[in-house]
Amino acid sequence: MPPLKSTSVLTAEARHAVSIVLNGTPRTGHAHPRLLLSDFLRHELGAHGTRVGCEHGVCGACTVRIDGVAVRACLTLAVQADGRRIDTVEGLSQGNEGRMTALQEAFRRHHALQCGFCTAGILMSLTDYLDRNPKPTEEELRDMLSGHLCRCTGYAGIVRAVMDVTGRTVREVAHV
Amino acid sequence: MKPAPFDYLRPATVAEALAALADGGDDARVIAGGQSLMPMLNMRLVQPRLLIDLGRLEELRTLRAADGWLTVGAAVTQAEVLARPTLVEEVPLLAAALPWVGHFQTRNRGTLCGSVAHADPSAETPLCLVATGGEVVLRNAKRRRTVAAADFFLGPLTTVKAADEIVECVRFPLARRGSGHAFREQSMRHGDFAIAACAATVNGDHASLAVGGVAERPTMRSWPLVDGRLPPDLDGALNAFAWDLGGDDDQHATARYRRDLVRRIGRTVLEEALSCRR
Amino acid sequence: MTATQTATQTIDIEGVSPPPLAASPFVGRAMPRVEDAALLTGVARYADDLPVKPGTLHAAILRSPHAHADLLDINFAAALAVPGVAAVVTGADAKRLAGAFLVGIRAPMEHWCLAIDRVRHVGEPVAVVLADSRYVAEDALDRIEVRYRPLPPVTSISQALEEGSEPLHPAVGSNLVNSRSFRYGAPEAAFARAARSVSVEVEYPRNSCTPMECFVVLADYDAAEDAYEVLSNFSGPFAVHPVMARALNVPGSRLRLKTPPHSGGSFGNKQAVFPYVVLMGLCARVAGRPVKWVEDRLEHLMAATSATARRMRIDAAVEPDGRVLALRMEQTEDCGAYLRAPEPASLYRNHGNLTGAYDIPNLTVTNRIVVTNKTPTGLNRGFGGGQLYYGLERLMNRVAAELGLDPLDVIRRNLVAAEAMPYRTASGGTLDSGDYRATLEQAVREGALDALKARRDALRAEGRLYGIGYAAVVEPSISNMGYITTVLTAEERRKAGPKNGAQATASVAVDPTGGVSVTVASAPQGQGHRTVLAQVVADVFGLRFEDIRVNTDLDTGKDAWSIASGNYSSRFAGAVAGAAQVAATRLRGRIAALVAGQLNCRAEDVRFAGGKVFSDANPDNGLSFSRVAAAGHWSPGTLPDGQEAALRETAFWTPEPLKAPTDADHINSSACYGFIFDFCGVEIDRTTGALRIDRYVTMHDAGRLLNPLLVEGQILGGFAHAVGTALYEEYAYGDDGRFLSGTFADYLVPTACEVPVPIILHRESPSPVTPLGAKGVGEGNCMSTPVCLANAVADALSADGVDEVPSLPITPAKLAALIHPPEPPRPASAAGSEETPPPAAVKGGRGLTGEGSREVPATPEQVWAILLDPKELAALLPGCEALDLAGPNAYRAEVVVGIGPVKGRYTAQVALSDLDPPKALTLTGSGTSALGSGSGTGHVTLERTATGTRVTYRYSASVGGKVAAVGGRMLDSASRLLIGQFFEKLVARAGGAEGLADSSSLLTRLLRLLGFNR
Ligand SMILES: Cc1cc2nc3c(=O)[nH]c(=O)nc-3n(C[C@H](O)[C@H](O)[C@H](O)COP(=O)(O)OP(=O)(O)OC[C@H]3O[C@@H](n4cnc5c(N)ncnc54)[C@H](O)[C@@H]3O)c2cc1C
Ligand code: FES
Ligand code: FES
Repeated sequence: MPPLKSTSVLTAEARHAVSIVLNGTPRTGHAHPRLLLSDFLRHELGAHGTRVGCEHGVCGACTVRIDGVAVRACLTLAVQADGRRIDTVEGLSQGNEGRMTALQEAFRRHHALQCGFCTAGILMSLTDYLDRNPKPTEEELRDMLSGHLCRCTGYAGIVRAVMDVTGRTVREVAHV
Repeated sequence: MKPAPFDYLRPATVAEALAALADGGDDARVIAGGQSLMPMLNMRLVQPRLLIDLGRLEELRTLRAADGWLTVGAAVTQAEVLARPTLVEEVPLLAAALPWVGHFQTRNRGTLCGSVAHADPSAETPLCLVATGGEVVLRNAKRRRTVAAADFFLGPLTTVKAADEIVECVRFPLARRGSGHAFREQSMRHGDFAIAACAATVNGDHASLAVGGVAERPTMRSWPLVDGRLPPDLDGALNAFAWDLGGDDDQHATARYRRDLVRRIGRTVLEEALSCRR
Repeated sequence: MTATQTATQTIDIEGVSPPPLAASPFVGRAMPRVEDAALLTGVARYADDLPVKPGTLHAAILRSPHAHADLLDINFAAALAVPGVAAVVTGADAKRLAGAFLVGIRAPMEHWCLAIDRVRHVGEPVAVVLADSRYVAEDALDRIEVRYRPLPPVTSISQALEEGSEPLHPAVGSNLVNSRSFRYGAPEAAFARAARSVSVEVEYPRNSCTPMECFVVLADYDAAEDAYEVLSNFSGPFAVHPVMARALNVPGSRLRLKTPPHSGGSFGNKQAVFPYVVLMGLCARVAGRPVKWVEDRLEHLMAATSATARRMRIDAAVEPDGRVLALRMEQTEDCGAYLRAPEPASLYRNHGNLTGAYDIPNLTVTNRIVVTNKTPTGLNRGFGGGQLYYGLERLMNRVAAELGLDPLDVIRRNLVAAEAMPYRTASGGTLDSGDYRATLEQAVREGALDALKARRDALRAEGRLYGIGYAAVVEPSISNMGYITTVLTAEERRKAGPKNGAQATASVAVDPTGGVSVTVASAPQGQGHRTVLAQVVADVFGLRFEDIRVNTDLDTGKDAWSIASGNYSSRFAGAVAGAAQVAATRLRGRIAALVAGQLNCRAEDVRFAGGKVFSDANPDNGLSFSRVAAAGHWSPGTLPDGQEAALRETAFWTPEPLKAPTDADHINSSACYGFIFDFCGVEIDRTTGALRIDRYVTMHDAGRLLNPLLVEGQILGGFAHAVGTALYEEYAYGDDGRFLSGTFADYLVPTACEVPVPIILHRESPSPVTPLGAKGVGEGNCMSTPVCLANAVADALSADGVDEVPSLPITPAKLAALIHPPEPPRPASAAGSEETPPPAAVKGGRGLTGEGSREVPATPEQVWAILLDPKELAALLPGCEALDLAGPNAYRAEVVVGIGPVKGRYTAQVALSDLDPPKALTLTGSGTSALGSGSGTGHVTLERTATGTRVTYRYSASVGGKVAAVGGRMLDSASRLLIGQFFEKLVARAGGAEGLADSSSLLTRLLRLLGFNR
């Protein structure tokens, strides 16, 4: 994380300018200090792709990348993101000449989503995670996915999709 | 579920942070990774007037092994410590326990010092700090003091840290030759806070077991080795320890279950620690 | 009948394998979904993403921290004064402008969108703040002061049935609000004749499917027209629409309800948004501005909805070979604080299939409904099936255990025979198709049960705890709108008029470019309705899948819908897709009639394929579909004389066999019934009690599969829910009614590490009832899996001689309690040091209780004086900032209490009573803050001793509301800390601090720190 210049105290009552690089594009909005990054992205900048499922850090729906690192937008203040690079689900295909990425395509093929509410967060976690660990085992992958709740899929399609793009086989049922 | 209003300060130096903290008194609160504080802010369980962000202070980014200690500064994340290739040799217990702290995504921001300051009785980092005989370095605008981990934690969310102090860093003693370590916990789901977490160390002529999630704070007990082996009445000793820890019922587990885990997992980790001495 | 295996790995997904011939139908193929592109790229719009009108106000809801209390008054002046706040809405507004909700049984109980004079569950809406932003609205919530008078809470089924339990609805007079008995066949004779009887008693807990997206309502009121326009992620059933309109005091035509294009899951739960549709409609009316409300997760878990808890006892009359001749069932259903529409549907949804997959001709049933101080119940995946089969399949397992038979043989012996199909059940259901026995044998074979048994034997030989479980169930789908009236007597039904059927609607239209669009009222929640409908309609017209555009966002002001519309009872594949096929086929018929002349053939010989329309006799001479279809727009003048253009067709389809209940209470509660047979192997860790699902095989016969990929997704999703129900999830309440599962760290939804991948097997016995032969498939595992796992646990434990299965969820702690030997006693040396140990919390009774005792070097009179001195009392109360006399020995105190940074400001009532100077008194305190409510009672006795006084105290305390809901894990130790502080301070002030100094208890350490060791 780059050291930043000191700010004077940002007062509670005022809205303060917050500038971020959102999916490669500089964007500025305004935020009270208490505004959550998730609300800032969705309602101030209109980037609705990031979803909100719990606002207490457990469900993972709001996961975005800040300077490349996957984190909870609901546990981040907008003012904390000032000066940072934020990547959200909207940027994935934008960064891929408008086509869905291999990971997104694999999600579709393997029916890794139903209502899709958890999907953006999972994709953002995965893009960070796979950068660091390009060929996870199924166990490692599931361990990482435990930071996301999906109520629709039972996770099987998600695991299959990731194993497909990373070129590994899925352990379906190892025993008997 | 939105926070109550507060002023926000991103200080340029630790000194500025400490001055603001001293000024703010009880109404000021520091935020590090925010992985415990932000949920409490969102639920309005905590309503500070001023939030002081330590997250981007370069001075607090110390992560260093020297003079027998691994020092971890207040802005260092759990993920960064876990990614340290030499951690397994330096503080093997921490290397074993950190993957149990939350999830990939929360470790990307959560700090070790934040976890220690927060003092959740089930948290793994405070447990490791107690188990290894670590220290907490506290600092306010005027002075710095060092508190042994065993004396730092008082109860749930309660420590000896004064309102004007920050945890500047925590220090884990580097593992000595011939020591052994083992960690295990039982939680409801992967990544949940522990129902009971057991950290065993074998050092020189004694074996210790530290337990989190049962009593109000991480608690350790030591026994002398007998001919290089665990004490003959280990079951009795563990039972006494379990009863002293007590434990509470909650919706997921009973106090009795927690004590059962101390008796059973406690033995397992002690045996493991003894057998993996290097 | 065909048998196919589409185990997870073997499905051919379109686009991965070479595309099949264009001519082959789309129905039955594993088409990836049309919905996905928008969802994967983030452009999809859910309700919270839709634009709002300028001037929209944001709502935040004040909720009761009490389980049961009189609502005395609400003071919201300070809230109104917060800048940005436009209005505060309370029950008084509801009384003025709205009405109570209709209730499904005849009983004088009222449920309003806001509490009127009593609150009946934690989280019940009490007031709404409307402000410029949600943040500001929540600021103002904290400033509303509400006075409550707590009433005794009713927190369990058995308590609700007790004579003296405090009635929630005084006009009803009892918490048992409905009871009906049914008798089918000759059960008494069967019991008399049977070799023996076997019984089980089980309880099914409260839980919920908790979709990832919470409720959203955008409401607007048009005063000129007296009409409401609301957008909400409501899922149906639209039978609730009249209930909403009634409560808003308008005819249905003046409540225009819209649903968004995407919804983040429902699993039935989003039915329960309806009271908020009314509430926000009311708010918009009061404020005169549009209103938006987004439920947060704490609100959702605390108060949205829940599956019913059910207590069930079943007796079976059995023959020595395991044949069951008759059942005697007693079901008691906990519907929570109110009977909210469509309840008591949970209890009656399976009435036609109470005997499950079995041929059991004799049956008596007693159904009782109780109300408790918990969240009202509602639709939840599996709806009543999980509850029913938990009892029934545990029973079949017990039959085997008590007769010494193989549980699988008991199932086999009782299954309905293929020859008996369609089979009429004792209670009036019609099992429409299937060969249950063959299906079971196929699963045993293809799922490799023999290998699993061998594995169990091998592991058991190693001393491990391993068990195998089975479950066979029928999965009902397409609910009969009349089944709920089975709760009424025949006489009451006659008065109310008949209810039956399951009207599905679909419209198919062609546009001027020849494009085809489909509109349905199915309110999808992620199941891929648009994909399946495109498959179905493309086949009808011989078009490409991409040529069909499907709209599923609904507008009751414009679209075709009926009370049966919506997303529930697994009705999509059977009913809605069927209706779309009917509509498309009709439209095709009309187009064929119009074009037949041009093609020189009869209408019956017109064919639609490959984007062309042609005569069967002359396939090469075809017209393009788009041209033919669009002709009605461009050149109606060229239509054959007297013929209407074929531009749009709306079909209403209701399954034929769905009749109202008969006078003898026979009811075919659903249109079709799929069959599921599951088996599994589980292992229990001897050290920790943790359970691991080793292998799970689930065999489904859901009729014709329209899209195997989506069917598989439904099964996997339902299975994951069921794993949660069985092992992790529960809406937990304290005995005092406090709610304990307010976060996703307390309400444990399984993650990728907890949900294994089951082996899925299929068999397809098309339903004779639905147009496409499809049946529902999405709920089955919520019915079969919890009990299958429980049966496996029973098997595993039986090897250790344990003849008991813990209640759901089956947690490691519960299993450990059964497999671990009795706890070794506390050794004498461990009983603390020389001093009294810190007060031990004793759970049970009401909330937290504890006691302690201490010698102090002061006379009882001196201690007494401290207690009665307000100044001293103020110093003793933790965090007391002000204490004012409010009456004789009664005070009003301002206290700020909490642990660490978590603090709440309470205005507390403190009183001293039962004064027996200088020997004993009782100290009570209670208060509420934005964090919740707290109350406590302490009995203090003073006993003169040689050196001073022995102070003994006993206390009980309870904490409710938000802080209990989110802090359950630390609540006990934190409360103990605070209460302990009071008494330790008392001891210290009475001169007992010396004794403290050498004790090492946590409290004394704390007190030393706080300066109390002088
Ligand atoms: C979904 C989820 C699961 C989790 N699971 C676990 C788990 O299994 N085990 C576990 O141990 N933790 C778990 N956590 C908590 C996580 O580890 C937190 O990161 C950690 O407890 C706090 O560190 P932080 O840096 O985020 O501190 P913050 O949240 O920023 O602060 C926490 C508290 O400490 C204070 N504080 C922080 N830093 C300092 C400092 N340097 N000096 C003084 N005071 C300070 C703050 O004022 C605040 O009161 C989980 C969190 C989430 C969201
Ligand atoms: S919304 Fe952020 S983790 Fe759930
Ligand atoms: S797809 Fe619905 S929550 Fe994951």
